Amino acid sequence: MKEIRYIKAINEALHEEMARDETVFVIGEDVGAPGGAFGGTRGLLQAFGERRVRDTPISESAIVGLALGAAMKGLRPVVEIMFADFLPVCMDQIVNQIAKTRFMFGGQFSAPLVIRAPGGAGLNAGPQHSQSLEAWFAHVPGLKVVMPATPADAKGLLKSAIRDNDPVLVLEHKALYATSGTIPEGEYLVPLGKADVRRAGNDVTIVTASRMVLQTLEAAETLAGQGIDAEVIDLRSLTPLDKDAIFKSVAKTSRLVIAHEAVKSFGIGAEIAAMISEEMIDILDAPITRVGAPFSPVPFSQEGDYLPNASDVVHAVQKVMAY
Amino acid sequence: MNKPQHNTSSPAKGAPKGAAPADAPAIPNDDGFLDLHYSMLRIRRVEERLLQVFSEGKIPGFIHVSIGQEAVAVGVCSCLTPADTIFTTHRGHGHTLAKGMQLKPFMAEIFGRDSGACHGNSGSMHVASSEAGVGGANGIVGAGLPISLGSAFASAFKGEDSVTAVFFGDGASNQGTFHESMNLAALWNLPIVFVCENNGWAQFTSQKSYMKIDGIARRADSYGMPGVQVDGEDVLRVRESMREAVARARSGNGPTLIECKTYRWFGHYAGDPQKYRPAADVEQSRKTDCIANFEKFLLDSDLADRAQLDAVEARLRGEINEAIAFAEAAPSAPKGQFLNDVYADAFRKDSLS
Repeated sequence: MKEIRYIKAINEALHEEMARDETVFVIGEDVGAPGGAFGGTRGLLQAFGERRVRDTPISESAIVGLALGAAMKGLRPVVEIMFADFLPVCMDQIVNQIAKTRFMFGGQFSAPLVIRAPGGAGLNAGPQHSQSLEAWFAHVPGLKVVMPATPADAKGLLKSAIRDNDPVLVLEHKALYATSGTIPEGEYLVPLGKADVRRAGNDVTIVTASRMVLQTLEAAETLAGQGIDAEVIDLRSLTPLDKDAIFKSVAKTSRLVIAHEAVKSFGIGAEIAAMISEEMIDILDAPITRVGAPFSPVPFSQEGDYLPNASDVVHAVQKVMAY
Repeated sequence: MNKPQHNTSSPAKGAPKGAAPADAPAIPNDDGFLDLHYSMLRIRRVEERLLQVFSEGKIPGFIHVSIGQEAVAVGVCSCLTPADTIFTTHRGHGHTLAKGMQLKPFMAEIFGRDSGACHGNSGSMHVASSEAGVGGANGIVGAGLPISLGSAFASAFKGEDSVTAVFFGDGASNQGTFHESMNLAALWNLPIVFVCENNGWAQFTSQKSYMKIDGIARRADSYGMPGVQVDGEDVLRVRESMREAVARARSGNGPTLIECKTYRWFGHYAGDPQKYRPAADVEQSRKTDCIANFEKFLLDSDLADRAQLDAVEARLRGEINEAIAFAEAAPSAPKGQFLNDVYADAFRKDSLS
């Protein structure tokens, strides 16, 4: 094992996959000599040259559309979109084109491409550079969506995404880029569609993802001090969703809290709550509870008040336990 | 009017390898003329039949026909090889057929059958054929342009000399994707030809009412690529421009924008009452018939006689009848077929239902 920062783990994944597979290329704004706005593509230009590391104009639709056309012809593009908030700029290419290519054409073409984009708040980046839009993409058949919370998953999921035969949206978290963690030495993969039980527990299941995993683990420690044994499930992938892991845990605990940084309304929490309600409501000992952001854009000056945190999770769990 | 000029000069310098058989003389002095004629007439007759079966309620959804615009599809695709790729639009039947898609899987797709090229998932508006190098029709105006960049990029990346052509309309030239794609293609010298079919109508709105300038080809200059405007009713002029553009792209000299001025004989969609369009405009559009003009040229130049042209009609009747019969008799897609190609792997097929 070795200690590494989240952004460096992403960078390692790109280096390794580009060395392994000649058809992989990286494309995006400032991904060449600058090494990406956050350093994710650092050193790739020197290692692999201009042919495979493509700096582009600020033209998100052209970048993402180009990736699709190249993927249809057998290449494996890895696109960097500088902020997840810019994904809506090229939404047609993602939702109407990439997601539907394999389907519309009856399997004649597929779209094995990756779009990396940092979402999330925590850096006071304001309303247009801080959003968590994952639910939009998880709602679109044809896309796969992953949200790594740790350096180990950031590397392992990205490598799997690059090797996957479907389009994968890797939603990194910009406030996690500077965080550190341990990863295995050498080659490893984290499979798409597999959640990780970050903390085993018997009293309540907390399902979460991305940076909210950190707050949830902190909350779980606080709760442990109060005699509440929480199980924390890090989804890692939204599509494919590891329903089995969630169901198995809820079958054990009979209580469910879902915590995410995105706006609570119409978020992934609603989907998971509905799934459990439909399929195992009889087992529940308390109403399912969600923790999420208020229905407002991410503010610049009151970001701390706005974002859901560990104490919000603690309160939600206490409420569920007291029911 | 618009009599095609017989170009007796040899094919443009640097003409694509393997551009034959369109270039191989079938009869003395013929420069693939009979193939051009056959290909244009095939599109016309196929779409006429589509209009007929659509009006009989045999095709679900809606269709967009390109009748009147056949010379663009054929002039462009006659310069491409099977290794080349095209991307097309909602009005893409002609391009797709001219590029070499087989008629039966084409027709079966429009009828929504399992034996259609896309297993009935696409219908008329999204037909594709990997075999024929058709990267797909597209239901979103201007969306094919960025995708075509990737196809051209892949050719260059792999060191292949294949080229990509992307069709789009005058309306699409006001989408951001047009400008982004033109800029990037020029910047990276991508082997691509942008083919703008300017039929004067963006759906229900005339070009005059949504653009200050007249010629879309002028826009090429601002991105640093050559732009030409050609008479899109003249298959030989389209072909001549396309040959040059393909030679440029294939030899690594980058993209070209070709604007083909043409006419849409029918409405935006089959059954469109065209209340937005003066009757005189419709009438005028049909006075210019790229196929009739070309037939006159063939006859006047003794390149074909009436009996030959009649034989082409008969051959097409047989071919189209057979394809329609095939499509009508073909079984529908099995229940739940729509779940099969959402993903390359069937990871959650059960939960998708």
